Amino acid sequence: MRASLPFLLALQVVAASSLALAQAPDVSVPKTVEAGAAFSIQCAGNGKATLFIVGPGQVLKQDVQLGESAAFPAGSLYNAGWYTAIVTSTSGTQSASFDVLPQSKPSDVSFLARPSRLPVGIHNAITGAVYVFDSYRNLISAPEEVQFDLSNPAGAVEKKSVTTHDGAAWTEMDSTAQQGSDKFAVHAGSVSSERIVAQVPGDPCGLKMSAKPDGQRIQLTTEPVRDCNGNAVPDGTIVTFTENFRGTQSTVDVPLKRGIAEVQMPAHPGATISVASGVVMGNQIGWQ
Amino acid sequence: MMKTFKIAFAISTALLAGTLFAGAQPTVRVEQAALSGPRVLQDQTRSAVIRDYLRSWQSFDAALDQNRPDLLNADFVGSAKEKLANTIKEQEALGVRTQYHDRSHDLRIVFYSPEGMSVELTDNVEYDVQVVDHDKTTTTQRVSARYIVVLTPAEVRWRVRVFQAVPE
Repeated sequence: MRASLPFLLALQVVAASSLALAQAPDVSVPKTVEAGAAFSIQCAGNGKATLFIVGPGQVLKQDVQLGESAAFPAGSLYNAGWYTAIVTSTSGTQSASFDVLPQSKPSDVSFLARPSRLPVGIHNAITGAVYVFDSYRNLISAPEEVQFDLSNPAGAVEKKSVTTHDGAAWTEMDSTAQQGSDKFAVHAGSVSSERIVAQVPGDPCGLKMSAKPDGQRIQLTTEPVRDCNGNAVPDGTIVTFTENFRGTQSTVDVPLKRGIAEVQMPAHPGATISVASGVVMGNQIGWQ
Repeated sequence: MMKTFKIAFAISTALLAGTLFAGAQPTVRVEQAALSGPRVLQDQTRSAVIRDYLRSWQSFDAALDQNRPDLLNADFVGSAKEKLANTIKEQEALGVRTQYHDRSHDLRIVFYSPEGMSVELTDNVEYDVQVVDHDKTTTTQRVSARYIVVLTPAEVRWRVRVFQAVPE
């Protein structure tokens, strides 16, 4: 009995090994394949069979000789996703699955930027979102560092680095203080995409007029109208002059011309005259 | 805040019409959105995105089963549509059809772009895929996969623009 115990144990080991071999998959696939890379699939057994590689992104079919590896050259499978390799022969069907991964190098981006036009000096008013793709237009789901930058014609640049999550990243930026066409760009690896963001002057700031007599009338003239960052407010912007005299109100709307607004109003001693543009109030003059 | 919401989606019979597995509706679980991004996702938008995504599985299944790329038009756009249409071309050339039957979806909206022009969601989906070679069914496989899906708004619905399985 003492001699037979090791023998029985050895027999059990052999039996277990045989069982493991019997359960080994007949189709052996790589765990992952990079999109567009060459790969091969081992098909155990004897005789001829048909190999299908099936996924929503692609379908391949190839006659194979069991016992040999089926080689797929570069460029055969390029759409990222989950694929199932199925081998069918007269003796049955076997399958195994694997991932086709996006290439790691970005080749393209989808850049969504907004708005295309906005006033200067607004906090977090410019937003950008990006999706990063490889050369086969697979979304690169692995984290990837992207850089957003906003540059104005004077050369000032605001930069932000963001890491993608599930292929996407986003940012918010302030509009700059200077009017003009800014470039809003995103960079992922060696790939860039750019949008133009027109930054226009904001509301008038420190609106101020002066008055001088002109016969029976008053000549009212604003100083050059600028926003709070010193940008000239565009011609055509309406400036409103209002004269109050003995309970009567007279209002004149005047568009800016060459940066200023001017108008003549009746000269009533004791009148009060104010100036405004939109919701922005300017100074007030009491006419004596 | 990681509370899970179970939402039973009553997918209309009309949506299921034409599928080979009529009556076997997928179970749908929607996790609370884990949004990155400044834009608030309104409930109505969220429901529309999920409804349209689930509907896209119906047209995806029908298109690949019948080898008809035109069935993708309503629910797919951009690279997702091109890739699926190419798969259909490959299937036609090989004399193959595939039938996809989604059994369960575990969805989470992960990104709503600041300008509101795209929504990204993840879907831990279980489905059966059946391969039919020259009208002979070769095999049916049960698949569990994690999909990343990007949808963009069209005139009256959200369309799938990226539809890609990624490692779990």
